[in-house]
Amino acid sequence: MLAEFDLLMPATLDEALSALAENGPGTALLAGGTNLVVDMRSGRHRPRVVINLDRLEELRGIRCQDGYVTIGSGVTVGELLENRDIHQYAHALCQSALLFANPLIRNRATVGGNLADASPAADTVPPLMIMDGEVQLASRDGGFHWVPLDSFITGVRKTIRRPDEVITSIRFPVPPAGSDTAYYKLGLRKADAISVVSAAVRIDRTEDGTVGRVRIALGSVAPRPMRAYAGEQALLGKRLDPESIGEAARLASEAVSPISDLRGSANYRRQMACVLVSRLLHQISSRTAGQPNEE
Amino acid sequence: MEMKLITLKVNGRKHQLALPPNITLLRVLREHLNYVDVKNGCEKGDCGACTVLVNGKAVNSCLMLAWQADGADILTDTGLGTSQNPHPIQSAFAEAGAAQCGYCTPGMIMAAKALLDVNPHPNEAVIREAISGNLCRCTGYGQIVRAIQMAADRMEAEKAAPGGEA
Repeated sequence: MLAEFDLLMPATLDEALSALAENGPGTALLAGGTNLVVDMRSGRHRPRVVINLDRLEELRGIRCQDGYVTIGSGVTVGELLENRDIHQYAHALCQSALLFANPLIRNRATVGGNLADASPAADTVPPLMIMDGEVQLASRDGGFHWVPLDSFITGVRKTIRRPDEVITSIRFPVPPAGSDTAYYKLGLRKADAISVVSAAVRIDRTEDGTVGRVRIALGSVAPRPMRAYAGEQALLGKRLDPESIGEAARLASEAVSPISDLRGSANYRRQMACVLVSRLLHQISSRTAGQPNEE
Repeated sequence: MEMKLITLKVNGRKHQLALPPNITLLRVLREHLNYVDVKNGCEKGDCGACTVLVNGKAVNSCLMLAWQADGADILTDTGLGTSQNPHPIQSAFAEAGAAQCGYCTPGMIMAAKALLDVNPHPNEAVIREAISGNLCRCTGYGQIVRAIQMAADRMEAEKAAPGGEA
């Protein structure tokens, strides 16, 4: 049995925001429950009040309009896999969704929940970071505002979300034609794994085949999912070749600050960060070789 | 704690009961409604023994609060078939020797059901992926995978046969 709590079941976002503003600290937000219910059972989390968000239509659906793909925070990880826009524009996010826990969890766990949980290993974060993702927060008194995903997570399970705010959406700009992404999750087993290291990489090429925009994001190698800016800089304006890729991977692995835990040592993680970034860049390089301008 | 009148449609049968907020769907199914085919394993979403279909999707019933399931259509293993009239997935599990201690079996069968509902011709990799949230600690997964393949083949044959189920 779970410890006692009051459960509020708002039918609209407005009701949810009011309930949150009125109840204040000690209130937990519930969506798929794949983290919260586990934490409540173990006693790690003892909320006085729980607000259920899983009935809110406002948090559902994936839309592609005005140059953005916008994902409702209540969209499940499984629903990402069924969406055409996600497949077309955010290949890496699809790959991460496919490796996210297991199918049962994917049917309940939400994208908003994965961001709110703010684990250093949060699977959807590196793939959303490379898309220049933004998080929309809403509160009764402050209305809606967007923050870059890059600055949303501030530390291990810490975010800038205020206690009266709800994550309502996640969005990213539709990437230009010729943009390519790749993702790798290094786990200790094939399914239901927590990543030892994860990496997501994006390359947008210019017409002459050089790198116009580059994003490298890593998970499980720092207190929060991180961008490897120095590695990115090393590729800007260059061609993807073994030399530039090697340099970018080396710089990326120099930027990490991993811990040693039961899944891997800090040293192993640092080395794997280098291997994964290099592998993903080579993948993208070989995919687009010989077909530089698809449009 | 406030009680609330919750409606659950389980295996086609409607139940209404007053429940506190701090009870999971799993506990309600087992302890209030006696659907003991839904097994309680780890109670934290790791083992899949408690798998049921909620509005057609396979989920861990231990991670869903009963209030969240209010109004939902729930299918458990006993809703699929009986010993006298088993579902093809259930017969295939029996024939393939896919159950040893049997504890994971109802959850495995529901994960298989969710898979075959959307993909009637899964290959082995797809089957293994679909049951990756369901742990078996006895048989290994070979017989379970074979049972699901067998069930898929039979269900297709039944569908194709004249007079078979639509």
